[in-house]
Amino acid sequence: MNILDVKNVVKRYSNHTAVNDVSFSVPKGCIFGLLGPNGAGKTSLIRIITGITRADEGIVSLDGGELNHRHPSQIGYMPEERGLYKKMKVGEHLIYLARLKGLSLQEAKKELNYWLEKFDIQSWRKKRIEELSKGMQQKVQFISTVIHQPKLLILDEPFSGLDPINTNLMKEEIFELKTKGASIILSTHRMEQVEEICENVVLINQGKNVLDGPVKEVKEKFKEHKFRIKYQGTLPASLPHNITIVTRSDEEITIQVKDDKDSNIFLYTLIQQGVFIQSFEEILPSVNEIFIQVVEQSKTIA
Amino acid sequence: MEKLWLIIKREYSSRVKKKSFIITTLLTPIAIGLFMIAAGLLINYEGEEQRHIAVLDDANILGTDSINIKEENGLTFEKVTGSVNDHIENEKFNAILELPPIAQLKSKEYTVKYHSSEGILGIGLINKIENEKEKNIYQYKADAFGFNKDSLESLKTQVTLDRESIGDAPKNISSEASIIATGIGGAMGFIMYFAVFLYGMMVMRSVTEEKTNRIVEVMVSSVKPFQLMMGKIIGVALVGLTQVAIWAILIPIIFFIAIAVSGIDMTQAQDMQSQMGGVDIKELESQFNPAKFVQEIFNQNWLVIIPLFIIYFIGGYMMYSSLFAAVGSAMNDDLSENQSLTLPITLPVIAALYMMFSVVQNPNSSMAVWASLVPFFSPIIMPARLAFEPPLWQIVLSVVILIASVIFFVWLSARIYRVGILMYGKKVTFKELGKWLFYKD
Repeated sequence: MNILDVKNVVKRYSNHTAVNDVSFSVPKGCIFGLLGPNGAGKTSLIRIITGITRADEGIVSLDGGELNHRHPSQIGYMPEERGLYKKMKVGEHLIYLARLKGLSLQEAKKELNYWLEKFDIQSWRKKRIEELSKGMQQKVQFISTVIHQPKLLILDEPFSGLDPINTNLMKEEIFELKTKGASIILSTHRMEQVEEICENVVLINQGKNVLDGPVKEVKEKFKEHKFRIKYQGTLPASLPHNITIVTRSDEEITIQVKDDKDSNIFLYTLIQQGVFIQSFEEILPSVNEIFIQVVEQSKTIA
Repeated sequence: MEKLWLIIKREYSSRVKKKSFIITTLLTPIAIGLFMIAAGLLINYEGEEQRHIAVLDDANILGTDSINIKEENGLTFEKVTGSVNDHIENEKFNAILELPPIAQLKSKEYTVKYHSSEGILGIGLINKIENEKEKNIYQYKADAFGFNKDSLESLKTQVTLDRESIGDAPKNISSEASIIATGIGGAMGFIMYFAVFLYGMMVMRSVTEEKTNRIVEVMVSSVKPFQLMMGKIIGVALVGLTQVAIWAILIPIIFFIAIAVSGIDMTQAQDMQSQMGGVDIKELESQFNPAKFVQEIFNQNWLVIIPLFIIYFIGGYMMYSSLFAAVGSAMNDDLSENQSLTLPITLPVIAALYMMFSVVQNPNSSMAVWASLVPFFSPIIMPARLAFEPPLWQIVLSVVILIASVIFFVWLSARIYRVGILMYGKKVTFKELGKWLFYKD
């Protein structure tokens, strides 16, 4: 079951097409990476999903039903450019945003207490937003995004401007929300975080999705059948055919094979020759490499 | 609806709680009071300045009264004899006035010499002395020609225009009534002008602030842009009404306190004015009938004027503030660019104010009629005409056009607003705004 289905979505502005026939699905309870270079149409797409704008063509369904005006209460959106009313007090601001999402005053107060306690920031309640540091404001912004317990969370660059401690805290919160049943769309440029956190990704470029699926599958698809072996001893002079040496040194050799099974043959040969194997690993491309490769490719096509 | 209500509440309470709001709301009446006290003290101070003037009147133009010293209009004239040089050293006198004999009774020119060590004379002083001497010479010539004083007085006739109505035209408008109507009309026009500017601009600034603050993106992921815009417009309107209500109570109170403290005497103020303008105070007094004025104020058809004023107030405010919101949404941080965007909205408001000055004097001119139908002007022009009882069809037509325009402009502004608040870093032209109208949601 999918929390979100995006089908053939098109969004045109007067002089360009921001989103051009994009389709993907976000499975329930999944952390989903929405990737793409600057100006690829991510923000336009997010605005359609959050109901800020409407798609010219295509269908967006949330939890099985077509997107409608009741859905804002089920979505939590943290834009890349953070914004809060600077003059408002933390407590009243969070209650205000929670109530706009449809919570009653009592519910909003209850949730507010929960989150302030959780982050151990009860003392901020009466402080104005402008009195807080940037990192503190980020926390408030995050609470405002999740206070109404949305089914779908959309976080645009959630780690930007956070110190390592707060980055970790944010990650933990994301994982915790996931275990509580929320689905999370993460839009980011930080590929190492995508690698670490996301299970599924979609890659948007020039308004189109050029790649999507579970991270594992995507990596499989883009792997170059390379293996790295650390060893002690002397390598045999002749190696089985089908095997290309990419790099080699006295202790390490990287090979490329046509078929993954050929790596076994290579390993077998080494062992037979009495070479001591310290480690053997498959080299998978990082999301970062895939990202660059795909984006560059689509550039040359265009 | 509930969300709209939440937005209105926030927009209202966040402004009313602001220190700057509390300060301006309370300080404005106090400033007015202080200004009045200061003005009153200044007027009194000027009145206290005494001048002792020696008068050389060999030709006996001032008459042969036995009294040598006369006090008139804060000036003391003392008849002396001899030549100018005899009195120059006398510290008692500020100046010496030399009245030469009148050679030709029929001459309309007469020059009085004022000998003094002062530099340039204040225009007030010159007027005072000239008026005083004109009266003396009037008297002197009348005697010389042998005119009867009473006959002369009866030459001056005060004419009052009393309009009798024909057909359906409003009945019995006295000259007092039209003065009152002018006052009410002018005041209403002014209130509209300030409301549009003050609170419309407030809406605009706040929209731009939300946009540059980036809070707007969070907001529109929860509520519709239209709700956000309307919530702001209504919230600010309530702030305005609160402020006006507080002023309506405080200003009269402070007004009376100021009068008591400064000791401004209304008749004294008139006195001053009449001296400046050279109007005979007695004439003015015969025209001014306070009882009749008060009666005319009560005679006004307030039951019609007040509801209509409120309709025009709300209509004008809604139309202009929604346009201000649209322009505010298109703005970026570039201030000079913002100026050019607001100009087309502020121009009609200013134009309407200038038209109003002419309309209160000619409330039934064709310009007045046309301007009270054009929706950009009618919220300022029509309230200014209401006290003159314009024909019913004009009121109805004007209100209908205004309501239709409000709906149209709110719709138009909302369409620009929803695009503008999410559009960053682009230089916005009116052509661009036009395109936004046709963007799909």
